[in-house]
Amino acid sequence: MTHAAAHYTSTGLDNKKLAFWAFIGSECLLFGSLISTYLVYKGRSVVGPTTQEILNIPVTSVSTFDLLMSSLAMVLALAAVAKGDKLWARFWLGATAFLGLVFLGFQFYEFTSFVHEGLTLKTNLFGSTFFVLTGTHGAHVAVGVLWLLTLLVRSFQRKLGPEKALNVEIAGLYWHFVDVVWIVIFTVVYLIQ
Amino acid sequence: MGALLATTACGGPFPQSTLHPAGDLGFEIDRLFRLIVWLAAGVFVIVEGLLIYVAIKYRARPGQPPPPRVHGHTLLEIGWTLAPAVILIIVAVPTIQTILRTDGPAPAGALEVSVIGHQWWWEYRYAESGVVTANELHLPVGRPVVLSMTSADVIHSFWAPRLGGKRDVIQGRTNRLRFTPDSVGVFLGQCAEFCGESHANMGLRVVVEDSASFAAWLVEQQRPPAPPDSLSAAAREGLEAFRRIRDPASNTCIICHAVQGVSGGLMGPNLTHVGSRSRIAGDMLPNTAEGLAQWLRDPLAVKPGSKMPNPGLTEPEIAALVAYLQSLR
Amino acid sequence: MWKWITTTDHKRIGILYGVTAFVFFLIGGLEALFIRLQLAKPENALVSAETFNQLFTMHGTTMVFLAIMPMSAAFFNYIIPLQIGARDVAFPRLNAFSYWVFLLGGLFLNASFLFGAAPDGGWFGYLNLTSRQYSPGINIDFWVLGLQVLGIASLAAGFNFIVTIVNMRAPGMRMMRLPVFTWMTLVTQIIVVTAFPVITVGLVFLMFDRFFGTTFYSVAAGGDLLLWQHLFWLFGHPEVYILILPAMGIVSEVLPTFSRKPLFGYAVVVYSGALIGFMGWGVWAHHMFASGLGPIADSVFGATTMMIAIPTGVKIFNWLATMWGGQIRFTAAMLFAMGFIAMFVIGGLSGVMHSSPPADLQQTDTYFVVAHIHYVLFGGAIQGLFAGIYYWFPKMTGRLLNEKLGKVHFWVMLVGMNLAFFPMHFIGLLGMPRRIYTYRAELGVADMNLVSTIGAHIIAVSLLFFIYNVWRSWRKGEVAGNDPWGGATLEWTIPSPPPEYNFTVIPEVLSRLPRWSVTQMKAIPDVPPEPIHMPGGSYWPVVAAVGIIGMASGAVAHTLWIVLASGALLVFSIFRWAFEPFEV
Repeated sequence: MTHAAAHYTSTGLDNKKLAFWAFIGSECLLFGSLISTYLVYKGRSVVGPTTQEILNIPVTSVSTFDLLMSSLAMVLALAAVAKGDKLWARFWLGATAFLGLVFLGFQFYEFTSFVHEGLTLKTNLFGSTFFVLTGTHGAHVAVGVLWLLTLLVRSFQRKLGPEKALNVEIAGLYWHFVDVVWIVIFTVVYLIQ
Repeated sequence: MGALLATTACGGPFPQSTLHPAGDLGFEIDRLFRLIVWLAAGVFVIVEGLLIYVAIKYRARPGQPPPPRVHGHTLLEIGWTLAPAVILIIVAVPTIQTILRTDGPAPAGALEVSVIGHQWWWEYRYAESGVVTANELHLPVGRPVVLSMTSADVIHSFWAPRLGGKRDVIQGRTNRLRFTPDSVGVFLGQCAEFCGESHANMGLRVVVEDSASFAAWLVEQQRPPAPPDSLSAAAREGLEAFRRIRDPASNTCIICHAVQGVSGGLMGPNLTHVGSRSRIAGDMLPNTAEGLAQWLRDPLAVKPGSKMPNPGLTEPEIAALVAYLQSLR
Repeated sequence: MWKWITTTDHKRIGILYGVTAFVFFLIGGLEALFIRLQLAKPENALVSAETFNQLFTMHGTTMVFLAIMPMSAAFFNYIIPLQIGARDVAFPRLNAFSYWVFLLGGLFLNASFLFGAAPDGGWFGYLNLTSRQYSPGINIDFWVLGLQVLGIASLAAGFNFIVTIVNMRAPGMRMMRLPVFTWMTLVTQIIVVTAFPVITVGLVFLMFDRFFGTTFYSVAAGGDLLLWQHLFWLFGHPEVYILILPAMGIVSEVLPTFSRKPLFGYAVVVYSGALIGFMGWGVWAHHMFASGLGPIADSVFGATTMMIAIPTGVKIFNWLATMWGGQIRFTAAMLFAMGFIAMFVIGGLSGVMHSSPPADLQQTDTYFVVAHIHYVLFGGAIQGLFAGIYYWFPKMTGRLLNEKLGKVHFWVMLVGMNLAFFPMHFIGLLGMPRRIYTYRAELGVADMNLVSTIGAHIIAVSLLFFIYNVWRSWRKGEVAGNDPWGGATLEWTIPSPPPEYNFTVIPEVLSRLPRWSVTQMKAIPDVPPEPIHMPGGSYWPVVAAVGIIGMASGAVAHTLWIVLASGALLVFSIFRWAFEPFEV
């Protein structure tokens, strides 16, 4: 028998939520190291292409907006689940996942066009640091999309009532974190060149 | 720590000792080190003494009532926080002063030598005179020297302990080591950063001589090798063996080794004046007929992983090459 | 057997960690004995240069990642829930997962020996020696992948214990009432979850360079070889505090118990531990004083390194003050705790010598450093862990280890370690670098090397007494009862070994020293007032661990389908794990 109420905890926070915040702290160090490396190696590539030649700010701005909108959808999904509103919960969960997939689509398009233009993992420092940094972020988005789709399926299986709102809240924490990381990457890599 | 200082008196000679400095950098470091050692010895005696004291004085004896519950004492805490801090300041101030004195730019007129680390030998290029040699570094006594150092492959570390501290040599960077040797003599050293299979076999020696001898050495090193017709018959045969194209091509000496007027290889040590050096193979073998022959017979046996392949020489070829190499003074 | 594979009980997992870590400790010790035998005389030919390089690389990697860390984890697992009044850790299956990933990771690393390709680039793997160009074989592939696998185990455990300690304390167990061992564990786990991502990134860069031709560590492409050193030591220095803080926590438990006095300056000791953990982030470049960072960087890092000696020294003085005025019983556990103080002080003092950059230019990369690290890690961490074993073995097995044998173990080991490591100070100062498979007779360090070798073997002999003691006492030792030592903390209120649910009722804690306190806590009943349901086991943690090691193995074998199939297994097992009915 599973209870909706949490067990007694010393802080009043659920164990899973606390664990997740610790995980986010750890992920900050992970992305921090990747971003620091990108910054340290900025402008040191011996051969081209360079950031100015290849980055497409307008297109990436669209994908950034898309990811921001997906965070909004996530907030609405959590609210719907907490209220017990099955229809909107499924809609907004699906919308978040969809917008996430659109973002991944943009990344795929960007990566393939870069390769066409002569920038690969191996080409230069920019290629190595750029692809590993944004690729790691993209992998995190992909995991998030899988997580959201799983929640969506659970909802259709009628196993995502208000008592499970915590699970959706934690997925939301993850999703917002991945979004914030993208804002930092977008600023550091695309906007400040 | 008395034992430490006593070591400096008994046994020896210790050719790579950091405790017997022969250069200003070595002296600076040694002086700083001895200060820290004495402070550490004091702390050691106090702390270990306290430990032994409490162990003896407060051992449990039968029939004792429970000891009083003491949870802390603020004044003591402040005291034993400040005391180590003071000791550390006594270490920090001379430390910073020593850094400033030893890590700055070189004085004008310093001798400049480029050092390039290779797996597993040391290349030296004298800036002014253009002399190129290997493993055996000659320096004039009393003159400041600046070693500008990098690596041709992996990270190594140049270390002649009696002359001073070590400095890593890193591909893509130029690190500088600055010191003034103040005693005439031969000072041994070796690579001090793990650099692969034969890291242990990457020795070096620094020959510090008076300025006249050093000037004479420079002149010798700048002289081109003797013309072939002035060589002995054996050495002339050796020169032919040296130049011979072998199969596989990697066994050909001139591909890797430079001898002025004969070849320009850059992979291995410059051999133009190899005969003038006291040791070969990264200071691993004596530069005698036997030593040279041992190396030529099987470099990999002397230096596991050596980049020099076994050239597959016959004994007569080896004898001839030995004669030739010995002629390259 | 199946019960042990599927167990999620923190006590069982603790025992698994302990036994496994000890076996790896012996393997690392054997590697050390071979190293010492090769160096017993100059220009020895017992092992080849390549074999020696594999031996010292694996010795360091094994002792750090497969011995000390997991042995500490054995105590985290077994003791922390007992000390905070909990029935288990926050995430029991994640706990099991950490163990299985550790075991498989350790086996994976050592499997490299079977291919004659054990890692040989040093435990610190400096580039560009470990690049594909200069290390073309699979040795470094094993290392890069093995360490990442072990990192996953440590990270998972880190999250688990942070939540357990912060969130699952019994009512009344305020943070400043926690036992010091639990506090030090919390600080350690915070360091783990912040430092391991940094080395993970460094290793990912190296892996990508080696497997996919990226340019992170390529000088030709404009890269900087020091990037690796910075990433490695940003992790590596906090790592040494991961290694020492738990042992310091153990010492902080053992000393008060056998002095019959509370720990002197509890709050100061706790804050010092937290401060060490925090300041440990600011000293990393003291491992790079010879790299040519420049006088400003050298001065700053020299200063921060000196500063960290202060909270360390404060702890030592508080320990001495704990014993002062007490009634000291010299049990084996107490001897090891006092031995920790005696030996760690020596290591700490040589550490202060290293903190001065000019002095360090003569000491770094020589046997002087080897002396320092072994005094703090063997004289410190290992002795601290043995103190923990002698102290908590009765709680875990219900039987006491034989005290006489324990004392022999202590004294023989103390003699052995000093013979092994003290001469290394001189060997280094006389010019012998580290990581060399042989040395020339003319250096004049042959005799001291021989003494060191003999000392190492004496350590090995002392371990025989310990192993015999454990083997005999596990079944036939003197029965311990709940509280053989007169301890102050919660673990001594329950039976030895504890029942599966630990506490019949979760206690309400009224003070920091529940068993010594004047205001006695309410007695814990012998039987639970109502039946307590503990979660059953699960095999998904094992399956997930197998998925991870499968990915690593596929990578080492450069075989993509194995990587993908194992990845699929991992994802599948995560889903099954998530939806398995498992009540905590």
